[in-house]
Amino acid sequence: MTNGEIRTSDGELLSVKLKKVESRKRTGALVLVLPLLLFIIITYIFPIIQMLQRSVDNTQMNDLLNNTYQVIQNWDGTDFPPEEVVKTFYNDLKYLSENKLHGKIAVRLNYEKGGFSSLIKKTVRKLDSFDIDGNYLQQFKDVHKRWADQEYWLALKRATVPYHGRKYLASFDFKQDFDGSIVRIEEKKRINVTLWLRTIYVALGVTLCCLILAYPIAHLLSVLPTRYSNLLMICVLLPFWTSLLVRTSSWMVLLQTQGVLNDFLVFLGIVADENRLELMYNMTGTFIAMTQILLPFMVLPLYSVMKTISPSLMRAATSMGATPFHAFRKIYFPLTYAGISAGSILVFVLAIGYYITPALVGGAKGTLISNRIAYHMQSTLDWSYATAMATILLVGVLVVYYVYNRVVGIDNMRLG
Amino acid sequence: MALAKYTETRYRIWHYSYLVICASVFFFLIAPLFVIVPLSFNAEQYIHFSSGMMALDPDAFSLRWYEDMIYGTKNPWGIAVKNSFYFAFFATVGATTLGTIAALGLSSRYMPYKSLIMSILISPMIIPLIISGSAIFFSLAKVGLASSFIGVVIAHIILGTPFVVITVTATLSGFDDSITRAASSLGSTPTNTFFKITLPLITPGIISGALFAFVTSFDEIVVILFVAGGDRSLTTIPLQMWTGLREQLSPTIMAVATCLIVLSTLILIVTELLRRRSERIRGISAQ
Repeated sequence: MTNGEIRTSDGELLSVKLKKVESRKRTGALVLVLPLLLFIIITYIFPIIQMLQRSVDNTQMNDLLNNTYQVIQNWDGTDFPPEEVVKTFYNDLKYLSENKLHGKIAVRLNYEKGGFSSLIKKTVRKLDSFDIDGNYLQQFKDVHKRWADQEYWLALKRATVPYHGRKYLASFDFKQDFDGSIVRIEEKKRINVTLWLRTIYVALGVTLCCLILAYPIAHLLSVLPTRYSNLLMICVLLPFWTSLLVRTSSWMVLLQTQGVLNDFLVFLGIVADENRLELMYNMTGTFIAMTQILLPFMVLPLYSVMKTISPSLMRAATSMGATPFHAFRKIYFPLTYAGISAGSILVFVLAIGYYITPALVGGAKGTLISNRIAYHMQSTLDWSYATAMATILLVGVLVVYYVYNRVVGIDNMRLG
Repeated sequence: MALAKYTETRYRIWHYSYLVICASVFFFLIAPLFVIVPLSFNAEQYIHFSSGMMALDPDAFSLRWYEDMIYGTKNPWGIAVKNSFYFAFFATVGATTLGTIAALGLSSRYMPYKSLIMSILISPMIIPLIISGSAIFFSLAKVGLASSFIGVVIAHIILGTPFVVITVTATLSGFDDSITRAASSLGSTPTNTFFKITLPLITPGIISGALFAFVTSFDEIVVILFVAGGDRSLTTIPLQMWTGLREQLSPTIMAVATCLIVLSTLILIVTELLRRRSERIRGISAQ
């Protein structure tokens, strides 16, 4: 026994042996986690990253018009592009039309400048009548007067770069002007900023409403004897387990102009039959429905924290002369901070990405940013626009997620 | 909650108004669900409480919307129900298996990068569904699995695993390690210990995680909207409801919704029984 070294029965140093055992256990734990981790990374995380690349990716367009891209970048953007550029564009366009690919660039160019789609289609039809030795620019101008508008050539130049951040600007109603400066788009077209603000307001408002509504009932549930609280808990858990679409459709039944709530108000004589309340297809509907649907997510974390607060603390405070209100503010309320933050962050994160309820109850006036993303994803098929907005939303959610992790700790997340 | 006899009047008033507030919130939570139930038995075409229903006239009630749900030719509820259960079954099996194994690893004291890995595994629950849906759709399309049975199941497994991981790690966090050590010291092999000791103790957690995974898949609408891509043969109950609600609020949907409320009541009962069982086992194991 030199230097106080302890050896195990098989003659190894204890510290070495311990390290070996620990590393074996570490490997064992990793091996267990690995299948799911790989599954999630391959089928989920990686696709998300790949999809987000679409927001800046322009390679498809760039590939189709690669020759044009090579030469048009040398054009400084003043006056009209030189003859060489126009000739290259003509050849690219001819190749695309022969391979029936011009539809793709027509759609893409149309995002850049309205009217481009029909311009390309009309031009393609007349490509064969071009004099291949002659003045290309003039011939383009003869095909359609829009080619005499310099903005279309500038749009072409901007549309052929391999990567761009234009959709991020567009997500906040900005655009790059022809001279390269960043300006706001025309007033009547500004819709995204309104939607972002509305989404944040709704998410914050719903979170606050949920907190105000959930606090008293979570408290009641935590102080009632178990047999009563279990019964009342059903009121929280039944909606929690019920399909989102069932709950949304029940709100549609209630809130319609000819719906149950209006019928009831008319029956009571509070509202006249001819001016029934507009509760649906606007913000009111979205707000009420989302509050009710997300309420259980606030009640459950609050309840689990309140359950651990000993009633003797409040009794001690009052016995020492605090008024019930004072005792609540100084003793009880601070002890529930953990539940408040857990519930609020959960509700906020869920609310900010809400899609189904606003789409059904909100109508045109009550949609949120998710609906806009879905619209670009499914209707306009402008995927880079949709993914740019999705990226911004994702970054926002991840920031909140990070805060949640720091404040509450992901390990402490509880359900039901 | 009873008030003491010497309570001042103003606190008495405050106390009763507090109870009234609580009652209204409970009403706000539960009442919307129960509006649907009587309306599904409506004999009329329109979704409102007819005067006959208010007068409890038996003729004002009928089962015609339930008949329409089952036999109606326009409403492919049959295939939707079948698909929903199929998807949910496979997604539950997949998510529960992967999630439970991962949770066992995550609960180990020796697990490195625990917080980072946990964040990655939980992310499908946090990231807005619209983003998940489109990302999963693009990646499935790339390998030719979009609008396919397997594609939907994979998507639902992804969405279900976070719930399994959370519930099973929560169960394991209250797990007393000395029990397994006692088993080992008595000569049990690690495999034997796992199946005879650990597994029975964490079964309530696994079942409740599986229920979450089941409900997640059964109720899932946003992701399948992308992944099914309008393929009618892949329709599910939520997808069918979504389509119906976008067109017109029909009484048949009320009938379907009532059936779903019955289903969620059953799930609620199962979870409650599980919770009691879990508490009982814990009560014994803690001694």
